[in-house]
Amino acid sequence: MKTILAAVFVMLALLGSAWAEPMLINGAEATFPYPVYSKWFDEYAKINPDLHFNYQSIGSGGGIRQASEQTVDFGATDGPMNDEQMAKAKVKLLHFPTVLGAVVPTYNLPEVQTELNFTPQVLAGIFLGTITKWNDPEIAKANPGAKLPDKLIIVVHRSDGSGTTYVWVDYLSKVGPEWKEKVGVGTSVNWPTGLGGKGNEGVAGLVKQTPYAIGYVELIYAEQNKMPSGAVRNSDGKFVKASIAAVTAAAAGASKAMPADFRVSITNAPGEKAYPIASFTWLLIPEKIADPKKGKAITGFLKWMLKEGQGLAPALLYAPLPKEIVAMEEKAIGQIKY
Amino acid sequence: MTRTLSLRRRLTNGFMLSLTGVCTALVLGILFFILGYIAYHGISALDWDFFTKLPKPVGEHGGGMANAIVGTVKLLALASLIGVPIGFFGGVYLSEYGRKNTFGFLIRYAADILNGIPSIVMGIFAYTIVVLPLGHFSTVAGGVALGIMMIPIAVRSTEEFLKLVPASIREAALALGLTEWKVVSFVVIPTALRGIITGIMLDLARVAGETAPLLFTAFSNRFWSRGWLEPTASLPVMIYTYAVAPYDDWHRQAWAAGMVLLMLVLGANLLSRMILHRQLRG
Amino acid sequence: MVLFRRPGVSPADRLFRATVFTMAVSVLVITGVIAYELVRNSRLPIEKFGWAFLWGTTWDPVAERFGALPFLYGTLVSSALALLIAVPVGLGVAIFLSELAPRWLSDPAAFMVELLAAIPSVIYGLIGIFVLVPWVRNVLEPALSGTLGFLPLFRGAPYGVGMLTAGLVLATMVVPFIVSVSREILMAVPHSQREAILSLGATRWEMVRVAVLPYARSGIMGSVFLALARALGETMAVTMVIGNRPEIRLSLFEPGYTMAAVIANEFTEATSDLYVQTLIEIGLVLFAVTILVNAVARLLIYSVFTKVEVRE
Repeated sequence: MKTILAAVFVMLALLGSAWAEPMLINGAEATFPYPVYSKWFDEYAKINPDLHFNYQSIGSGGGIRQASEQTVDFGATDGPMNDEQMAKAKVKLLHFPTVLGAVVPTYNLPEVQTELNFTPQVLAGIFLGTITKWNDPEIAKANPGAKLPDKLIIVVHRSDGSGTTYVWVDYLSKVGPEWKEKVGVGTSVNWPTGLGGKGNEGVAGLVKQTPYAIGYVELIYAEQNKMPSGAVRNSDGKFVKASIAAVTAAAAGASKAMPADFRVSITNAPGEKAYPIASFTWLLIPEKIADPKKGKAITGFLKWMLKEGQGLAPALLYAPLPKEIVAMEEKAIGQIKY
Repeated sequence: MTRTLSLRRRLTNGFMLSLTGVCTALVLGILFFILGYIAYHGISALDWDFFTKLPKPVGEHGGGMANAIVGTVKLLALASLIGVPIGFFGGVYLSEYGRKNTFGFLIRYAADILNGIPSIVMGIFAYTIVVLPLGHFSTVAGGVALGIMMIPIAVRSTEEFLKLVPASIREAALALGLTEWKVVSFVVIPTALRGIITGIMLDLARVAGETAPLLFTAFSNRFWSRGWLEPTASLPVMIYTYAVAPYDDWHRQAWAAGMVLLMLVLGANLLSRMILHRQLRG
Repeated sequence: MVLFRRPGVSPADRLFRATVFTMAVSVLVITGVIAYELVRNSRLPIEKFGWAFLWGTTWDPVAERFGALPFLYGTLVSSALALLIAVPVGLGVAIFLSELAPRWLSDPAAFMVELLAAIPSVIYGLIGIFVLVPWVRNVLEPALSGTLGFLPLFRGAPYGVGMLTAGLVLATMVVPFIVSVSREILMAVPHSQREAILSLGATRWEMVRVAVLPYARSGIMGSVFLALARALGETMAVTMVIGNRPEIRLSLFEPGYTMAAVIANEFTEATSDLYVQTLIEIGLVLFAVTILVNAVARLLIYSVFTKVEVRE
């Protein structure tokens, strides 16, 4: 008995001290930019072995909440915080755009090999539950020649609070009054129909596993899993597929008139080449950081992210920030006090 | 005296009895299917990296769950620190002082109720008493959740094994002039020790597989978790996040982790059965 | 029966008793504190929604209007479905193991059935996602809608994930509880009961039906309630296969949501205090329901064993 106890204590002491070297900065955050963030933190840990950024892919809802409650050192979100959330947060949180991404409709149609076109009305109809079959005339009109099956559409959405959802429903409510009235905009909403999957990963997983399903995910999740992503008709009436160029085009307007706090929506942006369901994604950093070491670590990372980090984004299909915005942010880092 | 049974009664008899056999075959079949399926997918998925490497960035091939394995060990160690003393002494109380009184009944009942509380509710509880005051997710919070979950089984199994110790042994020791606490500590408990340890081992195996109470207490961590106040990865949570994701390589690792977890749990069960078997034989 | 009733306990004895007693009391205290914390941390929704929370059907995080009925419904229906499958099967196994199987088979088989209960729930979820869901979607649901499609229970698109799949997974998970408790209770039925009816010329099945089962009825009910409590609180496996939609639908093919699953999915993501506390209140409801069911189960089981002790 005594030896067992002794062994337990020795083990506890060992485990407690063995990894007492690097400092861990915790973040709770969106799944939308998770692939690029996990790449960044991995690379950054290689350059700065004494610093670890623990980034857990949860939802933007979590990112905002945990950062406001200060259960984490930083948060991340794909939908900017609204004024009410800003007012309720225990600390003032600064928004730092990191990259741009696109949310794409992805689907699982065993019979259809070509890529489908979606009009805003079709997307809203499917997610409102008014368009229920794949061979609906509305879908067929946008896809002449495609052999659409006579099957029920299985809608997949997020079950957790999410910035990807925010971008998606922000777009749907801009293009159709019905969505705005019935559902509204938020990181989690009262879905009229569909299955819930946890995280971008969960939605992609469900769509991939379920024939005749449609869901929405960040572009990289569709690409990495070789799932088709549809082209969406933009405000100039052109069908555009999500790509780095199309997302950059969508940000063109915003980069000229970026508000000082970086809270801006670029869904349904004008421009012939603009992909309409695009968004910045933000890190939420508290204005005051109590621990100076952490403050230094976080600002150090932000500076790295704006320079070297941007170079890693395109490989993961995220669009790097426009130059004007990088310059603005480099100035904004000075607002962080520690 | 034989009475001829009507055909109908005989048929009913045969039919219903074979139906019970079919049920048994079905349930055992499901067990073997699950074990076989996990083994089939798990063995091919296990490699050295799984035990030694950290997870890779999303979507990249390879990497392992070394941090989650250590995380699970740390969580279990913490859980034992809470669950074992309370469970053990609680069990001693029930067996030595509370066999038939109202208070003993109350505690026994509370332990059974505690055992029935859904694991996710334990997670909420640990969140409110550890995560909220500390301000962040931590290994400690996960350990508290699992530790409380250990208590009821530890209490009841300790009690059962102590009860097996014959009253004559206690009387003999008392007659020799030993004081009460010495009788319990040096005569009764050592006699039942093997059983008690087995019970606690089974208890540990049970909480080792718990996922729900860890989701918002121990949370998860892509790196090593230092000390006790940082969030930590754990095998069950990794299985969950990897299983619902779309990446094939994550699915592979989920099977591997499932296999490791299952071996741990089944190993503990088989081992305890062997130990108890030997004890019963003498 | 207090085992030690000697006058003049030494101070060391008192210390020992105090330690042991404190630890035992802490079991009670912890159970109480859990209840207290749950209530304390769900003040906001309790004040805002009152009892209407229990029958509200809207789950709208944007407008912050929350009702728990879809989750209550999903929890109850998936558990009921699980029992509907698990009770007959589990009883069948218990009867086989206690009445028919020879000892050398009965003990190891019972041990193996109990192993099913030892498998972690996340592993059930893993098997559920990759094996059961495709099977339900491609085989079971088309078959059911083909034969029983006239019932509203078996209509709609074969999603694979949904209430039916959740029920099947839960059934597998609770079978061992029914088997192990029922088997012990059946074995505790006195032999005289069996011999009496057999000597009257009954078949073995008639013996089981007339003499054994009625005698063990309350204990078996206890095992069913125990399994129910287990099913109600099960989280991971259900979350992974039920489809996570807060809506009340009659068809078993449709996705649903349970109380435990919504907590698991949304807890870390909830954006406001009200939202988080609402989830805690759902935890409180779940806690209350399982305690009630467990309390009934334990009383029923205790009653059988005291009955047996008294008679034998």
